[in-house]
Amino acid sequence: MTAVMPHLPALQIVVPLLGAILAGFLRRGPTAFAVALAVSWLMPFIAGALLWQVLGGGSISYRLGGWQPPYGIEYRVDVFNAFVLMLVSVIGAVTMPYARRSVAFEIDEGRQAWFYCMYLLCLTGLLGITITGDAFNAFVFLEVSALATYVLIAAGRDRRALLASYQYLIMGTIGATFYVIGVGLLWVVTGSLNFVDVSARLAEAATVQPRPVITALAFLTVGVSLKLALFPLHSWLPNAYAYAPSFATTFLAATATKVAVYLLIRLYFSVFGPTLNFQKLPVSELIIGLSIAAMFAASFIAIFQTNLKRMLAYSSVAQIGYITLGIGIANKAGLTGSIVHLANHAVMKAALFLALGAVFYRIGSVKLHDLSGIGPKMPLTMAAFVVAGFGIIGTPGTVGFISKWYLAVGALNEVGWPLVLVIMASSLLAVIYIGRVVEVAWFRDPSPTCIGASDPPLSMLIPLLVLTAATIWFGIDTQWTAGIAGKAAGMLVGGLK
Amino acid sequence: MQLVKTFAEHYNYVITIFLMMAGLYIVVARGNMVKKLIGLSIFQTSVYLLYITPGKIIGGTAPILDPAFTVYSNPLPHVLILTAIVVGVATLALGLALVVRINECYGTIEEDEIFAKDDDQ
Repeated sequence: MTAVMPHLPALQIVVPLLGAILAGFLRRGPTAFAVALAVSWLMPFIAGALLWQVLGGGSISYRLGGWQPPYGIEYRVDVFNAFVLMLVSVIGAVTMPYARRSVAFEIDEGRQAWFYCMYLLCLTGLLGITITGDAFNAFVFLEVSALATYVLIAAGRDRRALLASYQYLIMGTIGATFYVIGVGLLWVVTGSLNFVDVSARLAEAATVQPRPVITALAFLTVGVSLKLALFPLHSWLPNAYAYAPSFATTFLAATATKVAVYLLIRLYFSVFGPTLNFQKLPVSELIIGLSIAAMFAASFIAIFQTNLKRMLAYSSVAQIGYITLGIGIANKAGLTGSIVHLANHAVMKAALFLALGAVFYRIGSVKLHDLSGIGPKMPLTMAAFVVAGFGIIGTPGTVGFISKWYLAVGALNEVGWPLVLVIMASSLLAVIYIGRVVEVAWFRDPSPTCIGASDPPLSMLIPLLVLTAATIWFGIDTQWTAGIAGKAAGMLVGGLK
Repeated sequence: MQLVKTFAEHYNYVITIFLMMAGLYIVVARGNMVKKLIGLSIFQTSVYLLYITPGKIIGGTAPILDPAFTVYSNPLPHVLILTAIVVGVATLALGLALVVRINECYGTIEEDEIFAKDDDQ
């Protein structure tokens, strides 16, 4: 065990990567599922060990191949990315048992192994972006996860899934290329790619050559914002989430955009530093403005959707608005709200998409009118939907309230009470689009489509109920979410660490 | 005269920016899915130039540790761009594969015709 401990950062990436290759070679769906399950269940232990080490103090620097940073690629784990690693790993581990029946139902027999292969590659890419301390390495992992994501989306049954995947490929590639242009400009002025090293050299470079630094900031902001679907760069997201297989939607909605947000926070606070970034340039105002636009416009569009997966996708765009709002506020409470909402939104949205996946498994549709009266037929599933829906609204006692509390405190200190009112007003829109589903599902006569429906098998029900319980649990006991997020935010706001 | 001098001194960057804008314009303006992918490839290729250009030193050799050579080009961007080229090829291949599947399902690769077909349903 002691021989393995120093290599945990590498294992976090290597294990899913090898798992992906193995799953691809095995060719049979059930065996590939077993590999994916084993890998997914191992990941939280590795991430947990890393988190436990960094909570004890300091950060971990891992030299890949023994090359000394900044020359070699460095994996750097601190409280912030250990938290995100834990988030991605736990979501993967909790939702994986759900995949077996859901994937068997939605994907052709011959393609299931490839689906799991792509899932593991996507997991590798997401964990890689999070753990790496090298800007170009992050680009490579960005593309690993993105290419796998395009395949996962295209695996959907509907032919529109192909179109959604193609559109995401175009937008995603433009985003990644913008990111790499930004990294290139930073490399030209600093001569380095290591995040820590770049940030150390950037202050001087920015005084000598401010223009390429500002251009790099602009390219990086736009590139990563495309990836995280910041309004108005979100156009790829609704169709991608609506037509992807249920499990793929769940996993992507809970993790993929979150990791892109992580990268944006890392660039803003660890690389550019709050001083350079937020005082000389109107970045803060821009991000806050777009976030508010996202919170209202996307929530408003969500109200009129009849495809519920699409509705939740628009809700995701709105929720990402809350997360970026905290980045724009850029004080400790605001950033705590952002980071804790990464986890909180992942939990709630995963629960909601799992519930819809279960509905699709039983009645083969996620159209609103097909769900009428389904509540009493699938009581546990729809009860979970209601609880997680309360989380999205931000009701006290759920995780959504915790995030909004920190955001409101941050907004009050930095911007003033009008922004607090804006946060509350946008929550009311969530009441409408979640309430609409609750009304149709519980208070209408059953539609012919859901006469024979019942709660899904246990392997699908348990992940759903675990995430729903987490929606309540972390809304009351915030030690592991807001506590760690607060530490991470303190470290990031505290300057260049 | 000053303009010509600036242009000539930054010849590579002018080409880079031209390719970047041309590629991005094709992606935005064309409705044909294969043409869009070609535009995307041109856009990505321009970034390869952006990286390679500052690494080159006129009169420099390959980075060989030898007292006879003192001026050499920076090898780092070449290594990075080798990786980026692989990523670009993979993206293009996947994009074309998707276009093939789209053509099988819709019978066309023109975006407006595809949207019209989905609206009919």
